[in-house]
Amino acid sequence: MLIDQISVFVENKTGRLAELMEVLNKNGIDIRAMTIADTADFGILRLIVDDTEKALKALHDDGCTAAVTKVIAFTIPDVSGALYNVMGKINECNINVEYMYSVMGKTEGRADIVIRVEDTDTAIKVLTENGVQLICGKDLCR
Amino acid sequence: MAYWNKDIECAPRSEIEALQSYRLSNTIRRVYENVAPYRKKMDEAGVKPEDIKTVADLSKLPFTTKQDLRNNYPYGMFAVPSSEVVRIHASSGTTGKQTVVGYTAKDIDIWAECAARALCNIGGSKDDYVHVAYGYGLFTGGLGMHYGAEKLGATAIPASAGNSMRQLEMFRDFGSSIVCMTPSYAISLIEIMEEKGFKKEDFKLKAGLFGAEPWTEEMRKQIEEGLGIKAYDIYGLSEIMGPSVSCECEYQCGMHICEDHFIAEIIDPDTLEVLPAGSQGELVFTCITKEALPLIRYRTRDIATLVYDKCECGRTHVRMLKPQGRTDDMLIIRGVNVFPSQIESALLSVDEKATNYLLVVDRVNNLDTLEIQLETRPDMFGDGVKTLEAYQKKVKSAIDSAIGVGINVKLLEPKTLARSMGKAVRVIDNRQIKNKFEKK
Repeated sequence: MLIDQISVFVENKTGRLAELMEVLNKNGIDIRAMTIADTADFGILRLIVDDTEKALKALHDDGCTAAVTKVIAFTIPDVSGALYNVMGKINECNINVEYMYSVMGKTEGRADIVIRVEDTDTAIKVLTENGVQLICGKDLCR
Repeated sequence: MAYWNKDIECAPRSEIEALQSYRLSNTIRRVYENVAPYRKKMDEAGVKPEDIKTVADLSKLPFTTKQDLRNNYPYGMFAVPSSEVVRIHASSGTTGKQTVVGYTAKDIDIWAECAARALCNIGGSKDDYVHVAYGYGLFTGGLGMHYGAEKLGATAIPASAGNSMRQLEMFRDFGSSIVCMTPSYAISLIEIMEEKGFKKEDFKLKAGLFGAEPWTEEMRKQIEEGLGIKAYDIYGLSEIMGPSVSCECEYQCGMHICEDHFIAEIIDPDTLEVLPAGSQGELVFTCITKEALPLIRYRTRDIATLVYDKCECGRTHVRMLKPQGRTDDMLIIRGVNVFPSQIESALLSVDEKATNYLLVVDRVNNLDTLEIQLETRPDMFGDGVKTLEAYQKKVKSAIDSAIGVGINVKLLEPKTLARSMGKAVRVIDNRQIKNKFEKK
């Protein structure tokens, strides 16, 4: 139940994101989810797309530094306290979260969360045991 | 007008040259006898000590370079036994190996004489408090000016560099009247003065000697206004002696070289021919009184011009204009000599694949900045900021400790740095140093 996420190194300069989007657009890539982590002089663009292999090739061909990482995605009801419940379970098991982000869902009342942890196997176990619904790439943001 | 040693400093040119010729021929005899590498060099060039009678014969002699000092590291070029050496200093070398220099008691005394002249040049006397904020240690700046201040009979304040707040308190409480420090440190003190609420009126400063790094006329103005003093340029290098090989006088129109101790030449760095007076070229020094390390025709790699016109101050010793650059790739960053090769080997020691890089030197708010730009590669890239930041940190700390100056590590996207077909451009220096003298 792991999802491929592409991480792209992005220099901190005007217009760079637009250029990257152009590369993806030209190759007909659909972005399912994205987030940017930034530091003073560079950023990391994280993308979940419909065709990882194609997107990765397009980015490499364009000269980008890009790599694929496995992340977990799960879905929760869009009500207050829902994420708190899940995070509490993860915390109880001492699982360190490296980063996470939420994704706009198309289904009313549903929120999708992408999470990257140090110990993926344990996290999947904890989530499944607690009845959290894991989702695969094609179900993300549906 | 006060001189430290008027007879020598204002001697007619003919007398200076006669003295130089006499001392040169003595030095060459001594060097030939006592320094094996020189004997070999002279034998190879077919020059005998008796061929060198006057300054005009100097051009027959082979040159000395930093490489010679490296080849004979640490003491192989010394002309006296270790029992005669009372001190060593050292500066950075091209491969991390330091350049080691030595002094006899007489050398230290002559150095102090030159430094006392420099202080006298700018109006110093035994009534002054000379605040030495150059680093004390292997670097020649601190101890060099310290001994000069004592020789002058002034009160030396051995503050050394760093701890800016205390420097300012000492200015105020100890009555410092002359300061010696790097120009960039002076600028940073001026900024701290404003922050901490010090005013120049709190101090009794009247003049300062600034050197060990290139600085501009704009910086001179800023220091003069900020500290309420006259700011003078001083020059030196450890291979020849240390600070005060040459120093400006009150007219601020070039630095008078202590010609009774050093002979200066300007050469074409490519043909190695001596250039006529007034030409710009590489500055070459020959020590004619040094006992421990009398270097002959030492190529400084500094590009400068010598001016033989009579100076209004009355001193007859030749003046050198502020160096306009280097003939090698040495960079002077905040007073510290840095060779790109040192940075490269530090970089490769933590990442052997990082063969493509660019060093960018700039001056921001009158402080030198050094940046290394590196391209990211898929293999150094996980998916997070953490991996890259750890990489930046690792590279930074390896380089910082190799060169002794802080560097900023900037990561770029692949293929961002220009690929050149020939010799790669590794350094971009955006600093522009101009002589006030040239603008006139």
